[in-house]
Amino acid sequence: MAANGTSVSIQDLSLNFGAVSVLQTLNLDVAEGEFIVLLGPSGCGKSTLLNCIAGLLDISEGRIFIKGKNVTWEEPKDRGIGMVFQSYALYPQMTVEKNLSFGLRVAGIAKDEIAKRIARAAEILQIEPLLQRKPAALSGGQRQRVAIGRALVRDVDVFLFDEPLSNLDAKLRSELRVEIKLLHRKLQNTMIYVTHDQIEAMTLADRIAVMKGGVIQQLDAPQTIYNRPVNRFVAGFLGSPAMNFVEGQLEAGTTAVFKTGDLTIPLDRYGFDGAGTKSGPCVFGIRPEHVAFGEAANSMPFATDAAVEIVEPMGSDTLVWTKLGGRNFSFRVEAEKTLRNGDPIRIGFDPARASLFDTPSGNRM
Amino acid sequence: MSDHAVSLSATSSNPQAGVSGPSGPKPRHVFSRRNIFLYGTLIVVALYYLLPLYVMVVTSLKGMPEIRLGNIFSPPLEITFEPWVKAWSQACTGLNCDGLSRGFWNSVRITVPSVILSIAIASVNGYALANWRFKGADTFFVILIVGAFIPYQVMIYPIVIILREIGLYGSLTGLVIVHSIFGMPILTLLFRNYFTSMPEELFRAARVDGAGFWGIYLRIMLPMSLPIFVVAIILQVTGIWNDFLFGVVYTRPDTYPMTVQLNNIVNSVQGVKEYNVNMAATILTGLVPLVVYFISGKLFVRGIAAGAVKG
Repeated sequence: MAANGTSVSIQDLSLNFGAVSVLQTLNLDVAEGEFIVLLGPSGCGKSTLLNCIAGLLDISEGRIFIKGKNVTWEEPKDRGIGMVFQSYALYPQMTVEKNLSFGLRVAGIAKDEIAKRIARAAEILQIEPLLQRKPAALSGGQRQRVAIGRALVRDVDVFLFDEPLSNLDAKLRSELRVEIKLLHRKLQNTMIYVTHDQIEAMTLADRIAVMKGGVIQQLDAPQTIYNRPVNRFVAGFLGSPAMNFVEGQLEAGTTAVFKTGDLTIPLDRYGFDGAGTKSGPCVFGIRPEHVAFGEAANSMPFATDAAVEIVEPMGSDTLVWTKLGGRNFSFRVEAEKTLRNGDPIRIGFDPARASLFDTPSGNRM
Repeated sequence: MSDHAVSLSATSSNPQAGVSGPSGPKPRHVFSRRNIFLYGTLIVVALYYLLPLYVMVVTSLKGMPEIRLGNIFSPPLEITFEPWVKAWSQACTGLNCDGLSRGFWNSVRITVPSVILSIAIASVNGYALANWRFKGADTFFVILIVGAFIPYQVMIYPIVIILREIGLYGSLTGLVIVHSIFGMPILTLLFRNYFTSMPEELFRAARVDGAGFWGIYLRIMLPMSLPIFVVAIILQVTGIWNDFLFGVVYTRPDTYPMTVQLNNIVNSVQGVKEYNVNMAATILTGLVPLVVYFISGKLFVRGIAAGAVKG
């Protein structure tokens, strides 16, 4: 049984379409009031998992508990969930009010209760002036608000979001992102949110589940996932600009070192996972913002000389590309720094902030 | 140096010189070779199809003496509606001499229930096939489509036996059932493609909202599918109204549809051939599909496009 305080519990869930395995013995426990983001590239099974939780897809194996109740064979309406879809999925022939009330009318709830719930949802989402309009007369942001409202009026325990912001333009997306976060703080509901946008994942989530190939790679707080990714896939998927990877050899000993080309990076400050370290091929990864430059580089445990290859000004800061151990290597500098192509520079970093991955398995060391 | 300055000032002070090349909308020639060819073809084809209709209308408004003069293209010298009245209420078909009116009402009593029944069943079929992927749905669909390619002639006699056994042979009910069954493959395909083109998330949202099979069909899908219903109605009304084969096989003289009666009037071998009555009878019979097309032509095109392109 699900433990107390667990809102959604997925146990050994598998889903196969014929011979194709989409989800493989997946386990996930979501705490009461938690905001979980399922993050991954297209085709990783994150939307499929959400549809399984919603009951829109029949699973092949395993069990799903919501609020301690086994809902594995329940219809979507009996699971205590509300769902928001990427394409809004508003009923085009109904007004906003009728859209909101449709589920309640189907359930045969009393009229005054329906009116009360719609009024509350409309107030929370600030869509009161739109209630008598048809969806076609709404903007994208308004439509998505109505779609959220439709989940809201159902008075459910768990909200499911299936890439709700992907159809909006960048500005609206960031606005609604904040609104969803505020909504979660106000309602304190459990929310499961599917996205491929790492910014949404980082900003919204209490915990992120990074998925690939139907398997959860890492489930942790955003900062942990960002700073201590469990494998090379997670490290590369999160972060923009992406983490730098340099391939080389790990040489264990009294003080372990990482060697690539003629570079030797001391790893005495690096916190290895597990007890032993053994020599072998590995990948050294460090995020562009963890690289120091110029004077600051010399105070770092490791520093080396390099030359500027390309400068990419991004407004708030500038991304500089150079070479380290023969590989492309990027780092961030303040936007005010003026660097030209070919300028000799000194860069350095603290290996404690780096990530080491075993080359054959891709796992963190 | 001074030359350069002069030419510079010349271009800047005289804008006409700067825009000597093409500018603005491209000029179009009304009598271009392309237009003459295009419209010429269209006019010829239109005449080709309209000429028989013209002859029919003109002939039906003439008296027999005038027809015997042999000028089939000349307009009537003296307009008479006598042939129309005769075709509707006096022309003899077999034993009855009450004109096409009997056949008209028979056809109405065949067409209306057949259209409603076939569309009601096919739309639910299409909806179930598109949205509720039940086990064996694909097989069922393939069988249904294959049914559309089996020639009618193959099935005529077996159906005669079936209708006879259940006691519906020769009745209008039997013919209604036959029409409904034969409309099923194409209509189901039509509706399935239309419902497949609707966003699946809409269907999922309705399920989360708690609507069931009929709830989603009646409250979400039906209100969104007016165009495809119009297409289906047009296809069925014209198809069933124009049907001759099933009508002649599965009914008796007093329940003959209009098309069969028309045939009996036009092909009667007794007495004088009354061309004006025949023409009037033919126009009367073709009037219903014609009116349907004129009323709903626009919706028809829209529905066909919606179903075909996205399906």
